[in-house]
Amino acid sequence: MAPALITPFDLAIAACLILACAVASQILALKTGRSIVIAALRMSVQLLLIGNVLLFVFGQTSLFLTFAVLAVILCAGTFEAGNRQTSRMAPRWHYGIAGASILFGAALATSMGFLTSLRPHPLFAARATIPMAGLIIGNVMNATSLTLNSLLTAVTRDRSAIEARILLGATRLKALEDPIRKALRTALIPTLNQMSAAGLVTLPGIMTGQLLAGMSPVAASRYQIVLMSLVIFGNLAGATLAAVLTCLHLTDERGRLRLERVG
Amino acid sequence: MSKNTGLIADELRSERVGPVTFHVAHGECLAITGASGSGKSLLLRLVADLDPHSGTLILDSENSLSMSGHIWRQRVAYFPAEPGWWSENVSDHIADTPQARTLIEAVGLPERILTAEIRGLSTGERQRLALVRGLLHGPKVLLLDEPTSALDPQSISLVEDLITRQKHEGRIIVLVSHNAAQVERLADRRTILRDGRLEEVA
Repeated sequence: MAPALITPFDLAIAACLILACAVASQILALKTGRSIVIAALRMSVQLLLIGNVLLFVFGQTSLFLTFAVLAVILCAGTFEAGNRQTSRMAPRWHYGIAGASILFGAALATSMGFLTSLRPHPLFAARATIPMAGLIIGNVMNATSLTLNSLLTAVTRDRSAIEARILLGATRLKALEDPIRKALRTALIPTLNQMSAAGLVTLPGIMTGQLLAGMSPVAASRYQIVLMSLVIFGNLAGATLAAVLTCLHLTDERGRLRLERVG
Repeated sequence: MSKNTGLIADELRSERVGPVTFHVAHGECLAITGASGSGKSLLLRLVADLDPHSGTLILDSENSLSMSGHIWRQRVAYFPAEPGWWSENVSDHIADTPQARTLIEAVGLPERILTAEIRGLSTGERQRLALVRGLLHGPKVLLLDEPTSALDPQSISLVEDLITRQKHEGRIIVLVSHNAAQVERLADRRTILRDGRLEEVA
């Protein structure tokens, strides 16, 4: 089966659906009509832009271009993860920690996938690397963002509990182990929910795409299993690094809690 | 008592406190008094190395910087007026050992408290429980910040007896208290923290 080609007429129908949502939002006084239109415009511009960029990059055989696109995705993910935080670390450390953690988790999971089960040919070919690494970066970004948010909230809220452990002689990581565990559990919840519901409630995006592109359902399922395993592996790696770096930043070399570093 | 043993704070200073210099020998209790907001609790935090500071802290000839912060705090324990709890179960804070039972009895708490939940305890019970929790780690120095502020007269007497026993066993005690009679009963020397500086009272 050949994948369905979306014509300008199909896009016009999609635009009508967006407009219908915006109008319904106005009628229901949801005050989201403007946001729906802006988000739809932003999505369309971004996707058409990346579509054309990928068209160009896939036409080349440049490893440099492939990694340049991934660098842009990583920067956008870092900005998004850092920007989502309600409590922030001065001066802008939340961006640095988010970036390092996303890079670590995504690089580890992508490399693991490419060197073992996925093995694209040639290795790091743009057509395989960019969508795969992009998907993993997006997931690790969410996990990292949730970790930072949970940890920063817990550290400011539970200061006396954490300090109780510090003043009884606990090391800084021991004193912060409860907030770290909670943050890592929180970070994994969306992926765990996705894994539990996969195939039963929803068909995951990549599997749906592959089915639409004509791949065998069993082959698509196997691919999805490998992919979800890589995602949760990358998420846990990125979230753990984010938690450890955050804890190290919010304490000093003498093991003291330094909450003045939360802005 | 040699000047090389005991606790020495030399030119201890942070943004709001100091410079402060004092020496407390083993088996001695130094009381720090002063108006509310004068920085008494902050000074105890500095001695426990809980906040950044300049100056020198020495315990039995060992500089605090010669060891990790957490090792220093295992030896120099700070007991805040409002203790923190990382778990709701008392058993997560205090293991059921003969030593724990002895201390719990000494401060007038019932043994069944070992299976209780923190949220069900009164402020006074929590204050005494925190004292037991800290003493079980075997510190050499006790930095006590208003240790009986939430207690009735009978419990105050029990806690003061325990502090006195700790002193006689050779522990170094630095006591912050607004209770003049308590300072009179427990302290060997009394100081006043005024304008960030410690003044000895004759």
